[in-house]
Amino acid sequence: MEPELLNTLALSRAQFALNISFHILFPSITIALAWLLFYFKLRFQLSGHPVWMRIYRFWVKLFALTFALGVVTGITMSFQFGTNWPGFMETVGNIAGPLLGYEVLTAFFLEATFLGIMLFGIHRVPAWLHTLATLLVAVGTSLSAFWIIALNSWMQTPAGFVMENGVAMPVDWWAIIFNPSMPYRLSHVMLASGLTACFFVAGISAYRLRKGDAKQAPRKALRVALLAAALIAPLQAFVGDLHGLNTFEHQPQKIAAMEGVWHTENGAPLLLFAWPDETRQANHFPVAIPKLASLILTHDPNGEIRGLNEFEHTPPVKPVFFGFRIMVGLGLLMILMAWAGVWLTRKGRGMPGWYSGALVAMTFSGWVATLAGWYVTEIGRQPWLVTGVLKTADAVTTLPAGNVSFSFTVYALVYAGLLVAYLHTVFYMARKSVAVEEYETQPLALQGASV
Amino acid sequence: MNLELETLALVFWCLLGVAVFMYALLDGYDLGVGMLLSGSESERDRMVASIGPFWDANETWLVLAVGILLIAFPAAHSVILRELYLPALALLVGLILRGVSFDFRAKAISPLRPLWDHCFRFGSLLASLAQGYMLGRYVTGFADGGLPVLFACLSALCVAAAYVYIGSAWLVMKTEGELQARALRWLRLSGALTLLGLLFITAFNLLVRPEVAARWLHGTGLVLLVVLPALGFVCLWWIERALGTLYKNASCSCSRTARKPFFGVVTLFLLAFSALGYSYFPYVIPGRMLAIDAASAAASLQFILWGVILVLPLILAYTAFSYRVFWGKSEDLRYY
Repeated sequence: MEPELLNTLALSRAQFALNISFHILFPSITIALAWLLFYFKLRFQLSGHPVWMRIYRFWVKLFALTFALGVVTGITMSFQFGTNWPGFMETVGNIAGPLLGYEVLTAFFLEATFLGIMLFGIHRVPAWLHTLATLLVAVGTSLSAFWIIALNSWMQTPAGFVMENGVAMPVDWWAIIFNPSMPYRLSHVMLASGLTACFFVAGISAYRLRKGDAKQAPRKALRVALLAAALIAPLQAFVGDLHGLNTFEHQPQKIAAMEGVWHTENGAPLLLFAWPDETRQANHFPVAIPKLASLILTHDPNGEIRGLNEFEHTPPVKPVFFGFRIMVGLGLLMILMAWAGVWLTRKGRGMPGWYSGALVAMTFSGWVATLAGWYVTEIGRQPWLVTGVLKTADAVTTLPAGNVSFSFTVYALVYAGLLVAYLHTVFYMARKSVAVEEYETQPLALQGASV
Repeated sequence: MNLELETLALVFWCLLGVAVFMYALLDGYDLGVGMLLSGSESERDRMVASIGPFWDANETWLVLAVGILLIAFPAAHSVILRELYLPALALLVGLILRGVSFDFRAKAISPLRPLWDHCFRFGSLLASLAQGYMLGRYVTGFADGGLPVLFACLSALCVAAAYVYIGSAWLVMKTEGELQARALRWLRLSGALTLLGLLFITAFNLLVRPEVAARWLHGTGLVLLVVLPALGFVCLWWIERALGTLYKNASCSCSRTARKPFFGVVTLFLLAFSALGYSYFPYVIPGRMLAIDAASAAASLQFILWGVILVLPLILAYTAFSYRVFWGKSEDLRYY
């Protein structure tokens, strides 16, 4: 390959990684936050207690802000396929195209239109319709996740197609959509969004309490988020395990990289920590639990785990290995934090300062875990873009590297600015709500009647 | 129902046209309002509130258009986005800036608000100019040289003027009082500019592009060449008459008259767009690539066509519903 093209490839990969990493932050909050909002609205609808409306109104603003960032960065994604990866659509466009098309048709319009009614229509539509609009936004965000995960899973474990003259032709749409890894990946991603949103809500609520907010709303929201997290976190560990077994079956080289298994072994240990060394094909400084990796993956302490030596194409080991440990470590911390929180706040007790401080520190822990998990699964698929069908290097554009490095710089600058503005605004809004709760200036009983 | 690839290519060519038209119309007015953002803080709030419930869904039509291009005509999608790599980047940066400013301006600290308003205006302008430039490059089949690039630059200005035109018509419909009076002046000015732009683009196409001229100067084309502009002038006359009434009589600002200019401009857009479609049918890249040559596999198009048939009417229905909910003058900017 020409040096110029090599450069275009490296830059295109970096740019795509930047775009998708930045984009995923916002849906990872909004997918589940939409359902939390629906829950808050429903509680208000059923009980008529104004505190639920206050919680709804605070969080719907943060939802709108997060959603807007998701929309604008998502539009960028839809252009990237053509600008940087023409080989992707030329080879698997007959399959990827319709899946992306269904995402736009069934999800994007639904969520965007009803978001308008959800944000601005509360006095213009009947209460039940406003609640329905909230529900439809939640359905829309989840449908969107459904289609995009179906496509991503198909790229990992392709099924239901034949190759004709180097182009993938669809044969069975059911097999394409519900490909072998899709159910596991979808549930894993949805639960990840649940945890991300719960820790976001808990973190911001704890921040409000620490800033002296004496109102009921942040305490109630915090409690809901912790209870939900306490249920979701262990469920996620369970689903993550199933997902791992599925990957072990369909993408064993990814598991080998995740577990740092260089040579096929029986009774492989679970590495808690190590420093993988690609040149020497070995791990330095291993801290391990004997036989546990084999036990988890094969349900037999002496089961065989195929090593990286057995595969012609293997992913880079370090990012997959460390990404996996960061994700699992944060997952375990989330279980502990959620359970501790439920215990500490039982029967309306106040929280100790160390705990609320830790919650604030973990406001965006879901982002870190999601990104780490995303890198494990995406880098673990390399060098393939579509497993066994298309290599990443063969899909890249022939654009001059100069163009791509220019666009990469522009995106990086814009995104850095946006991230600072987003974080600043989120905490600013939390502080503002402590001092002035603008909707408290209106009589609440009246509001209750009108919504 | 099993359609031939040829039929499917034509169906998707038309769908692409519908998506692009809906985008130009809907995001056109909210980009126009973005470029016009001015006046006192409460007036700016009122302007932003008038597009608040809609901008997000409006922008989705762009995603649909790019999606259809990607799904139905992947070969054309690759060529177009490769040729337009840098203007597409400008478009995206513009859309990102205005999309986030919209939310940040409502939620950020007051001292930062003017900054976000600037971003909103600048983003809207950048996105509109980029779209016009892309359109100009596209209709000349990405021909190189000074003349095509000059044409694309003028096309950028024309599209921006047209968006300001429909944006001010939107504001005339959705606002009252002093702001509405200003919108009336913008409407007149941008209307004149848009008309000038349309005449210029028509003349350019007929003079410089022999294949376009051939299509327009014979048979059906010749009839259309008389009918479309005639209808356009009827629209202009109708808009002008409504403007006259509104100028004379400020108190009728809430009446039905205030809606007339908007629907007049929508009709003008439709006429101009039909002319564009007629000029290049059935090319997916003018002069270079026919729809049928760029089409995806029939099985894929068939699969997505079912979705379109089932879902598109639903989308149009709830879009209409949302416009009905927010019918009438825009309210104060309030978030719940």
